[in-house]
Amino acid sequence: MHELLISQTDRPQLLMGNEAIVRGALESGVRIVAAYPGTPSSEIIDSFSQLGQEAGIHVEYAVNEKVSMEVCCAAALCGVRSLCAMKHVGLNVAADAFMTLAYVGVKAGMVIVVADDPSLHSSQNEQDSRFYARMSGVPMLEPSTPQEAYLMTLEAFRISEKFATPCLLRTTTRVNHCRGPVKIGTIQPVKDLSGEFKKDPFNLVVIPAVGRKLRLDMLERAPKLLAESESSPLNFISGKGEFGIITSGVSFLHVQDAITAMGIGERFKILKLGFSYPRPTALIAEFLSGVTKALVIEELEPFLEEAARLSAQISKLPVEIGGKGEGLVPMAFELDPAKVKVAIGNYFGVSRPAPKIYEMPELPQRPPNLCPGCPHRATYYLMKTVFGEEAVYPSDIGCYTLGILPPLRMADFLICMGSGVSSAAGFSTVLDRPVVAFIGDSTFFHAGIPGLVNAVSNGHRFLLVILDNGTTAMTGHQPHPGVELGPGGRIEPKVSLEKLVRGCGVNRTATINPLQVKKSLQVIHEFKDGLNEGGVSVIISKSPCPLFENRILKKKKKIVFKTDESKSCADCKKCLTELGCPAFYVESSEGVEHVLINESLCIGCSVCSQICDSISPRRIS
Amino acid sequence: MEKEIKALRIFFTGVGGQGTLLATRLVGEAALEEGQPVLMSEIHGMAQRGGVVESSAVLGSAASPIIADGEADVVIAFEPLEAARALPKCNPKTITITSTNRIMPFTVAIGQSVYPDPDTLYRMIEPRVAALIRVDADELASSAGAERSSNVVMIGVLAGTGILPLSKKSFERALRHVLPERLIEANLRALEAGYAFGSRAGRKLGRATIGSLTHTTV
Repeated sequence: MHELLISQTDRPQLLMGNEAIVRGALESGVRIVAAYPGTPSSEIIDSFSQLGQEAGIHVEYAVNEKVSMEVCCAAALCGVRSLCAMKHVGLNVAADAFMTLAYVGVKAGMVIVVADDPSLHSSQNEQDSRFYARMSGVPMLEPSTPQEAYLMTLEAFRISEKFATPCLLRTTTRVNHCRGPVKIGTIQPVKDLSGEFKKDPFNLVVIPAVGRKLRLDMLERAPKLLAESESSPLNFISGKGEFGIITSGVSFLHVQDAITAMGIGERFKILKLGFSYPRPTALIAEFLSGVTKALVIEELEPFLEEAARLSAQISKLPVEIGGKGEGLVPMAFELDPAKVKVAIGNYFGVSRPAPKIYEMPELPQRPPNLCPGCPHRATYYLMKTVFGEEAVYPSDIGCYTLGILPPLRMADFLICMGSGVSSAAGFSTVLDRPVVAFIGDSTFFHAGIPGLVNAVSNGHRFLLVILDNGTTAMTGHQPHPGVELGPGGRIEPKVSLEKLVRGCGVNRTATINPLQVKKSLQVIHEFKDGLNEGGVSVIISKSPCPLFENRILKKKKKIVFKTDESKSCADCKKCLTELGCPAFYVESSEGVEHVLINESLCIGCSVCSQICDSISPRRIS
Repeated sequence: MEKEIKALRIFFTGVGGQGTLLATRLVGEAALEEGQPVLMSEIHGMAQRGGVVESSAVLGSAASPIIADGEADVVIAFEPLEAARALPKCNPKTITITSTNRIMPFTVAIGQSVYPDPDTLYRMIEPRVAALIRVDADELASSAGAERSSNVVMIGVLAGTGILPLSKKSFERALRHVLPERLIEANLRALEAGYAFGSRAGRKLGRATIGSLTHTTV
């Protein structure tokens, strides 16, 4: 039995925030789950995918976040509880669906988990998704711990159903990837997935006339949601001191540690907001009227701070309010107990011992890198060999973005999923240079197809390289429509990438295996010549992610590669400066540097041996 | 007698693929076995592709799972270079336990930078912390017949020192709870090897060093 399906226990379970959300949803009777993976939310859909069959619920890896939301909302409109989960930027992709779904609402509980990533641990920006709640009028809960993530998932389903609206569950990396004890409850067995649909086009088909009506309905719902938030036990006041702190999410934990460590806990009163949209302005005003001054401690944007200032203005309170500002709470990056101590110390004039922090010694960096034998490295090597520094290389989101690093340096532009394809159209229109765009297979399915169709129909001239490693590697090897490896071994892909590309109107297309250097170079040279004729051409560079392939097929490594020291290969070092596989290392003996290959890291891809005569295979037993 | 602990913050650092996150989880499960409050924090995603992997376990009365600079009571480093890189997390009361087994960063492997002499690294750390414990974790693991369990050896060392108010039994139970059946025996041996090493190191540290991190009440 999957560990998230066990029956209620006396001993709390040590769950990751994401697992706590899964358990909460299962106990809430969720029957449909859909998501596209994205750090830090991925373990939600991964856990559901592992246990879906056993739990008797429908789980799907959706092709993107917008699709996942639309799948889930339709189920919820038929009275089937649903959940979709995404990272913060995923909600941008789903925003079109989200903003109008907020008008239409749902018939059964629907929870949308949105995971923000302050400090950009694994993201391209650190946007504050709480503003989506305000923009849409959808209620939002914000947990601080795994235990709260579990409880608030239950509560989110309840609120969603009570007010017939989807409910946002907003987390941050430190909640998603925090592990802590969770007291779990009972899961009711799922009977079936069937729902019921009553035709109701004048509430469900949002033409302008319907939209106007629903807009007014939504505004009518707003004060009811506000009343729910004002009286929610998820918003509570602790402490009796003269100083006030308003906080939410993981910041609440930092605040507790900070005032305890500073020995000033008894001077503070804390308002913790777990039901953070609608923001409970009356509760905030009541809190503010009982303190001499207040500091709002939250990560990213001044979302609660604005509410506090608004509350004070409406209630004509003379209380001084601080928040984001010089020497106070930083806007950028995660908070931690030390940053919170500084803000509290400065704002309330409380002296604090400033600990001496040791400086970081000068040490060699350890940046992340493409794995040994990664086919992306081979593709970049090939493309750079043919197109050189002259070409512009728009890139996209995935492991292959690591191609930005030396020695490859094969990424020139990136903003979001799919931008590699569409921006190539813009670059090639205004530049008299070759444009070669890169996109991963999963990212192509997610957001690359419209860009490609657009490029074909508008007659743009560039080469698109689809890096097809047969999985969604970066987020943990999730499947996508084109995968050819499943849990049991080889499978027939549901959607053929080659046919899809041709279907988009691309006439010049070829599939290469980047591990075959000579053959691939020949094809790429032909495509380079073809670029002069205009139009969009596509090369599918196809070779499976070795990590994934080994996990599925359990292949045993048969050969590794070694350098021949007698051929004084160290003179050229091309293998380091042009390929840079992490299996290479340099060793000096008697003043002469030799390039060697770490046999335990080498996976036997053979690419290096095809570009250098001094490298040869060695059979291993 | 029941032990009650003040906040105890353990910072883990290593290189992707070393099993840092599993080791962190073992500490958490062991704490849970004894009903001690615990929170752990991990970072997943891009950083794991051969880069530095950091995580934390916070025991006792602390609320936040994040360990700010200067606030680690214990640093468990699975690699000596990363032990030195974690220095900003330390303070004069910190106990650092590091594996002596080096993993070359790619920048070093290709000759773009130089891996410092390990003794230089230890000299950076030793005078700035209460104690530095060096463990040849690979050697201990392989002599225990558990080549791939250096991470569990390190947890054994931590358990053996007595820094944490958690019994050996709890770590063993944690291990049985987390690992698949076929891996349990080898990892129990790795834990034991680390534990014996840690007990000796803990006795050398003495009560004063350890006592400054924890306190015991009846």
